[in-house]
Amino acid sequence: MGAGHGHALHFHGHSAVHRAPAHLKVLALVSFVLVVVATPNHAYPVFAGYAAVLLGIAALAHVPLTYLLPRLVVEVPFVVFALLLPFLSQGDPVQVLGVTVSQQGLVAAFGLLAKGTIGVLASLLLAATTEASALLLGLQRLRVPAQLVQIMSFMVRYLEVVTDELRRMHVARESRGFRARDPRQWPVLARTLGALFIRTYERGERVHLAMLARGYDGTIPAAALAGPTGEASHGHVGHGHQAHVASETRPHPGRAAREVGA
Amino acid sequence: MHVPDGFLDAPTSVATGVVAATAVGIALGRARRELDDRTAPMAGLVAAFVFAVQMLNFPVAAGTSGHLLGGALAAVLVGPWTAVLCLSTVFIVQALLFADGGITALGTNITLMGLVTVLVGYLVFLAARAVLPKRLASVPLAAGLGALVSVPVAALGFVGLYAVGGTTDVDLGLVASAMLGVHTLIGIGEAVITFLAVGSLVAVRPDLVHGARPFLQRRELTILGPDDGLDGSGTLDEQGTGAEPSTSQEASA
Repeated sequence: MGAGHGHALHFHGHSAVHRAPAHLKVLALVSFVLVVVATPNHAYPVFAGYAAVLLGIAALAHVPLTYLLPRLVVEVPFVVFALLLPFLSQGDPVQVLGVTVSQQGLVAAFGLLAKGTIGVLASLLLAATTEASALLLGLQRLRVPAQLVQIMSFMVRYLEVVTDELRRMHVARESRGFRARDPRQWPVLARTLGALFIRTYERGERVHLAMLARGYDGTIPAAALAGPTGEASHGHVGHGHQAHVASETRPHPGRAAREVGA
Repeated sequence: MHVPDGFLDAPTSVATGVVAATAVGIALGRARRELDDRTAPMAGLVAAFVFAVQMLNFPVAAGTSGHLLGGALAAVLVGPWTAVLCLSTVFIVQALLFADGGITALGTNITLMGLVTVLVGYLVFLAARAVLPKRLASVPLAAGLGALVSVPVAALGFVGLYAVGGTTDVDLGLVASAMLGVHTLIGIGEAVITFLAVGSLVAVRPDLVHGARPFLQRRELTILGPDDGLDGSGTLDEQGTGAEPSTSQEASA
């Protein structure tokens, strides 16, 4: 039950960046990266400026670079593509280290690498400084449809439950001597997916019944989205009716465990 | 693989964002018809399942491995609109909480991998199911065919977007042939795994497979009294669609 206790990329802290409202952070991220993407590839000093802004925010948030840099590996597959660009692009040939490459390709490769890296770094900063529950509340404030926010909150809440289930199946297979080496083992792995789907679907049905039993009427109050800690819910529990419903459907850790075991 | 920031120019990114937002809006309405008031918990759990599916690595050869995209699989298991909703949710959460896939490329990722793979996969599935013999055993085969076609079509969609808003001037023919070649191979893997996974589900819980519903016979609930022996006399009409009565129907009753 990871709800309210951070997620894989979350870097715990109490800086101004951590405390900033999530909806503003999401808006800032989207507009910042849009501007970065719209910047011409050859505007080298501007990209240095973007990087400086991000490093400044990282310093302000007390998120060390040693935390951010290893997590940039998400973009490795496309770095390979960027490195191929100078050889694949059309354009004026230039000599670099004795190899003939396309000059336009070089600039394009730089642009791709710079924009991609700045984009990943900016997204990492958002993820590192924002709790999942705060993010969901922020999305709701940005007028993302309530139904979609509900679905996302259930996904985030049960993500670890489901992936842990998959991990336990992996341990069970390996402890019986199973090793996945080549496509001959696909049938076993595919059956794992089938079993995982049955378990996940039935868990969803149990969760739904547990919600109905607690008075679920199709909407989830903001306080429940905020998770058990309720940190981000100040100002949302003040209304009498809402607060009442919140106490009914609020995902208490012990209660959640009972839903799971139902 | 998720499209990162900077691959497509800003206007194309915004345009695909609008397409994705519209698709998610439509899917929200249609998914309620597939799931009624169970939409939020079920779609959320299925989204977590799709996320887990993308984590399971399938060994290919020489130490390399790949994972399922899961578009066609989700469409066959839970219906196309719920699947669009679930895959979109996965991409949003991956972009915001896992920094996986660019935030400006979110619309592109949802459109290509959430919308195109699901809809193409499901349409091919429907066509194949209509042609194949009307038996439960046809369902995994049709699902595999849907997966086989869905992946290269999504790759072609990317090439199309690249032609409109690509930020580099690589020869389009080169991009198209490279993308198609690689994604045909990926599509074959996707097809085999989807076939096997749906096959294993149809064997044990066909009632959970959305695409298998037309082939499930309604069974009558037979109640045996102590004196009835084995040829029960009292029968009741029950709305059970499969081997076991679905809990959700009991709940909504």
